[in-house]
Amino acid sequence: MPLIDYGNGNPAIADDAWTHVADGAALPPDRPATISLERWKAERDGLSGRNLPLGVRLESHERIEEILPDLPRLALIALDFPNLNDGRHFTTARLLRERYRFGGQVRATGQVLRDQIDLMRRCGFDAFELAPGKDGASAAAAFEEISVVYQPAADTRPTAAQRRNRPPEQAVAG
Amino acid sequence: MYAYDALDDRLVRERAAQFRGQVARRISGALSEDEFKPLRLRNGLYLQLHAYMLRVAIPYGLLNADQLRALARIARRYDRGYGHFTTRQNIQFNWIRLEDAPDILEDLAAAGMHAIQTSGNCIRNTTTDQFAGVAADEIEDPRPWAEIIRQWSTLHPEFSFLPRKFKVAISGSPNDRAAIAVHDIGLSMARAPDGGTGFRVWVGGGLGRTPMLAEAIRDFLPGEDLLSYLEAILRVYNAEGRRDNLYKSRIKILVSALGIDRFRELVEAEWALIRDSALRLNEAEISRIRAQFAPPAYEVAEARQFAARRMEDTAFARWSTANLFSHKQPGYAAVTVSLKPAGGIPGDITANQMVALADLADEYSCGEIRVTHRQNLVLAHVRQDRLYDLWRALDSLDLATPNLMRVTDIVACPGLDFCGLATARSIPVAQRLSERLAEIDERHDLGELTINISGCINSCAHHHVGHIGILGLEKAGAESYQVTLGGSSAEDASLGKIIGRGFSADEIVAAIETIILTWLEQRRDGERFLDSLRRTGPAPFREALYGQD
Repeated sequence: MPLIDYGNGNPAIADDAWTHVADGAALPPDRPATISLERWKAERDGLSGRNLPLGVRLESHERIEEILPDLPRLALIALDFPNLNDGRHFTTARLLRERYRFGGQVRATGQVLRDQIDLMRRCGFDAFELAPGKDGASAAAAFEEISVVYQPAADTRPTAAQRRNRPPEQAVAG
Repeated sequence: MYAYDALDDRLVRERAAQFRGQVARRISGALSEDEFKPLRLRNGLYLQLHAYMLRVAIPYGLLNADQLRALARIARRYDRGYGHFTTRQNIQFNWIRLEDAPDILEDLAAAGMHAIQTSGNCIRNTTTDQFAGVAADEIEDPRPWAEIIRQWSTLHPEFSFLPRKFKVAISGSPNDRAAIAVHDIGLSMARAPDGGTGFRVWVGGGLGRTPMLAEAIRDFLPGEDLLSYLEAILRVYNAEGRRDNLYKSRIKILVSALGIDRFRELVEAEWALIRDSALRLNEAEISRIRAQFAPPAYEVAEARQFAARRMEDTAFARWSTANLFSHKQPGYAAVTVSLKPAGGIPGDITANQMVALADLADEYSCGEIRVTHRQNLVLAHVRQDRLYDLWRALDSLDLATPNLMRVTDIVACPGLDFCGLATARSIPVAQRLSERLAEIDERHDLGELTINISGCINSCAHHHVGHIGILGLEKAGAESYQVTLGGSSAEDASLGKIIGRGFSADEIVAAIETIILTWLEQRRDGERFLDSLRRTGPAPFREALYGQD
């Protein structure tokens, strides 16, 4: 399925280097892999010798607070959106970036559609696995649609209030 | 009033263009209806029984004359020549074609308006007192703070997919005219001991299937911390609120499940971590917004002519007794323009009336119009010596019914005539009731008595807080109307209690008449219906309606 990678500050359609491994299946010997939160909690000690990047997948009801001490070992957190209405992981992503200072990839999976990804990016997501059948190239245009933001978020774009109240010389330059 | 700067303007124009793209993708089939629905809802577009309905945001109920003219143009060009004001101080157009919606949003943007977040599971239009800025009992004008909340909540990235809709109301006065006790968050302006401005904060009120009054979560919140505290409440709700059952997803259910003390602990713990952040409001931005709500340049007006006219013309005297609110500026009054003529549809207004009213606003009231949460309009700055001329002009437009907060000032939702969720009609009941009750009020001077009629359990007309509430249900294929007595949304807020079995569409008008006539037998020296009821309890009414059984 199409993957939009926003890791470099520009959206790019990317080949996915990662494999999502089901519970009970073997981890690939040569590729980065994600596993479920449950599996991570059961196997994290045994995985300490693995030399490839690891990621953990959270379902929408699962909390990142369960694995805070493990974050330095993880290169990716995948947050699942089971449907269009479940917005819990918008909060999770902001906490990961703003409170827990997670520097790896925060990836949106599941029902990820073009019209949510700009809000997701503002919350700190930097990779988007679009829902099956959706066109990644046209979806990337969604990041350009709204250029004014009113509230501070994980993307650290200047808010409207910050832009209004800048010292005059900066306002001219900006 | 607040005027958009270049950034506000750019955002609403970009939003209209974004929606044009979404509609095009829907029409081409690239978006399924399931995928499109949350997008159109966040732009105010509902699919009703006969057509799309567009709900336009009127932030905290404030319009300028040109905006009202823009709404009139939309009513004529894209609808059937009228609009309907709602209990969230917004306006709805009932006969919209999907393919016209992007053009309408663009027209709105050109007038400094939008339809963002007027529906969907997100933060809705913040409402306030229609007399904000003119009421003498006000601690501070709440509208700058409502505008600050409007901006913060607009396209909020974290809170656009909440468990359920979320409504905030602010009152600037201890006399609550904004119904804050029945909102997800209620803010009541307060002063710190050192004189600083802030809020008392309430949480977890709401009506619907499980009506609850809000509980106090914080006695004093400094103004500069408003957004971080709101964000803390919303964050706890977004993470913890139920998503398994539509009817248990509002924050009131979470607050009552956890208990207010536990909920407060969670909010305060979150707040402690975000209070000192970019969410803290800086004085420059507060001042910038406050300056735009500065009072207009009042003239020295004298009151003698007003008093004389009242003596001469009893119809004018009656209207000015019922529909005026005292203004903090001597010589001025705030006028409520009733949208509740006897037999009319509550909250409806024609395009012709909108245009004429916009002209009257320019001539008499500093070009400003306000929408009330009881579906009327207000001209807030009228010189008392010009009231008589204004009244005559309003009367010629059928906009001078003297019934503010009286028995014919009925609040009603669109009901089964339009709404896909409704279980019964509300409009025809309101029309028949107002015709019948106008006569009784004329004869007996009923004073303050509010009736609210909702066409389903979602309670858009707030029937639980009407002194008399009517809820239209469907029973065995027929409409059945359940009556509650004793509700109030004022500072003495209370929820009405069901009086007994429901009434058919044929019986309901007579039943309400029986209630009122029974009250008149109990009434002591001009007391309000609500006060009599609180004194006698429901027994006399039950007996009159159902006999001794």
